[in-house]
Amino acid sequence: MSAGSIVVESHPADTLMRADRLPHILCPGCGIGSVVHTYVDAIAESGIPVNQHVCVSGIGCSGRAAGYVNIDSYHTTHGRAIPFALGIATYRPDLHVTVISGDGDLTAIGGNHFIHAARRSVALLVLCINNFNYGMTGGQAGPTTPLSAMSRTTPHGCWERPFNLPFLAQAIGASYVARWTVLHVRQLRTALLRAMNKQGFRFIEILSPCPTGFGRPNDIGDGLSEMQNYLRRCEVNNEIDLRAVDIDLTQQDSPIYVGDFVDVDRASFRPQVVHRAGA
Amino acid sequence: MTPAAAPAVDETTRVIAGDHFMLGDHACAEGALAAGLDFYAGYPITPSTEIMEHLAERLPTVGGTFVQMEDEIGSVAAIIGASAAGARVMTATSGPGFSLMMENIGLAAMMEVPIVIVDVQRASPSTGLPTSVGQSDLFQVRWGSHGDYSVIVYCPASPQECFDLTVAAFNAADQYRVPAFVLMDEIVGHMTERVAIPPVENIPRVRRKRPNVPPGSPDFLPFKADEDLVPPMAHAGEGYRVHMTGLTHDERGYPSLTAQTHEKLINRLVDKVRLNADRIARYELLQTEDADVVVVALGCTSRSARRAVALARMQGIRAGMLRPITMWPFPKTALKELANNGMVKRFVVPEINLGQMSREVQRHTPLPVTRLNHPGGAMITPNQILEALAQ
Repeated sequence: MSAGSIVVESHPADTLMRADRLPHILCPGCGIGSVVHTYVDAIAESGIPVNQHVCVSGIGCSGRAAGYVNIDSYHTTHGRAIPFALGIATYRPDLHVTVISGDGDLTAIGGNHFIHAARRSVALLVLCINNFNYGMTGGQAGPTTPLSAMSRTTPHGCWERPFNLPFLAQAIGASYVARWTVLHVRQLRTALLRAMNKQGFRFIEILSPCPTGFGRPNDIGDGLSEMQNYLRRCEVNNEIDLRAVDIDLTQQDSPIYVGDFVDVDRASFRPQVVHRAGA
Repeated sequence: MTPAAAPAVDETTRVIAGDHFMLGDHACAEGALAAGLDFYAGYPITPSTEIMEHLAERLPTVGGTFVQMEDEIGSVAAIIGASAAGARVMTATSGPGFSLMMENIGLAAMMEVPIVIVDVQRASPSTGLPTSVGQSDLFQVRWGSHGDYSVIVYCPASPQECFDLTVAAFNAADQYRVPAFVLMDEIVGHMTERVAIPPVENIPRVRRKRPNVPPGSPDFLPFKADEDLVPPMAHAGEGYRVHMTGLTHDERGYPSLTAQTHEKLINRLVDKVRLNADRIARYELLQTEDADVVVVALGCTSRSARRAVALARMQGIRAGMLRPITMWPFPKTALKELANNGMVKRFVVPEINLGQMSREVQRHTPLPVTRLNHPGGAMITPNQILEALAQ
């Protein structure tokens, strides 16, 4: 191999990626590509036929994920990926439907669908790529923006308390809850594989750098710096009380807890079919 | 591939053939069942709720899926998803819920996913008169979502038509891959009349066009239209690995954010209906052969107009009626033929809003148009229409 052959014609994941759409539109240092890569790796390893995997996404940077995976994929409206996916998963329970969503998409405009899909135990694997801001719209605050963080709509610092998503997911009835970062690709792949083979509503929060929208105004630096931040602060604790996994970026030394927090058995939502005698 | 959840359905329990004394809302629900409804997601709202309640009872007994959603936005998103997976789908609502659905109606138009939405109109705007009649969603149903797109809208005037036109809406949605609507009004929805339901073999069922190449074929482009401007549709889980997006997209379904791609796509989405308007449009003519004044009315108002035409004829007034059965596409060719036949001198347009359809009538004729409006909460009576005819 010569020094000039770093650019290769194909990649092992190409059959599961819409390689003809590359290069992608995401910024340098963004973590969404890692999530998509890990997701397609998990699809390949899942033992579930590729054609039974379906990806549904909403709007924004994370919403673009569905456009890059080479499976049946639906890029829907802002906040409505979950009910769209509910329609597929409920009508075709043999399909394995994953929702890939950003923090604003899923828990601001889509918050009501999120809690109700979990309450119903709809057979969905929901990934929330949390980069603490509205990236594609240019770095505005959202419901996971940490206290005092700077954004285009919190120029004096965010003063609203953010969601603690794992705690929320547990409270509303998710059968599986995990949090990892895009630094933890192996743990994330393992979590995806476990979640893909479970019933009910499964939720994985994936912390991801957004150097353009979040890192720059908060003096975190580039994508690598955000990853180093995760490396330094993340602490694996699978047993932790989820009331304690809030993320506080102002306390630079406070831990960010990651882990496979909840793994319980709940049957998937199946609307009733009534068989009448003689019918 | 059949959905794993759906057991074999006995079509005779699905279609309750025979004569019934039936509520309009229930006739609409039975029409959906007869058309092959697989999946209903909805949120209760007066005066459409009886549709949902009836389907909650009936749909699970014929192997279909009924879901009560958390809101109307979720309802329409869910039926688009289920339709993308191959289901025949419907939701029903009224004005306030209909407004909430608008964004995703645009998504269905853009993804070309067939859906049927029933809007049982009440007096609006806002919460308005929840239990009383209105006809003020005539423009919202056509233009309510943002951007240019096409829809097909049926306006029943009787419980029988609630049945028949719901079947028609399912067929139109699948044939053209567009959102199709049954635009009822509270009076028709809450009216009980004879409804004749034909045997299952006499229910017309047009199925959406399907790919004629196997999954994995490099020749398959999910948004490449045939000559009729409609692309064959591949469903989730069939192996075609489609990508559908609300973004402007090319024939592969890939986002392509250029003016050229947008122009090609949007023109096709609109032309699917525009170029077939005369084929799709339905209307009824009543005593127009010698009429010099023609009332244009739809829904419950056409019932008053029918009486008014009869009363006018008794008084020697040569009145007739044009009843649009499709509000969109509007039966403009029929209207223009009347306007140009040399006998018709003017049109009278009664409607339970402050002037929506009259605008559409005026657009297609230079003849005088007399408006007769009520903002909602009450029917326009035959005598009011008679007065307008006699002027």
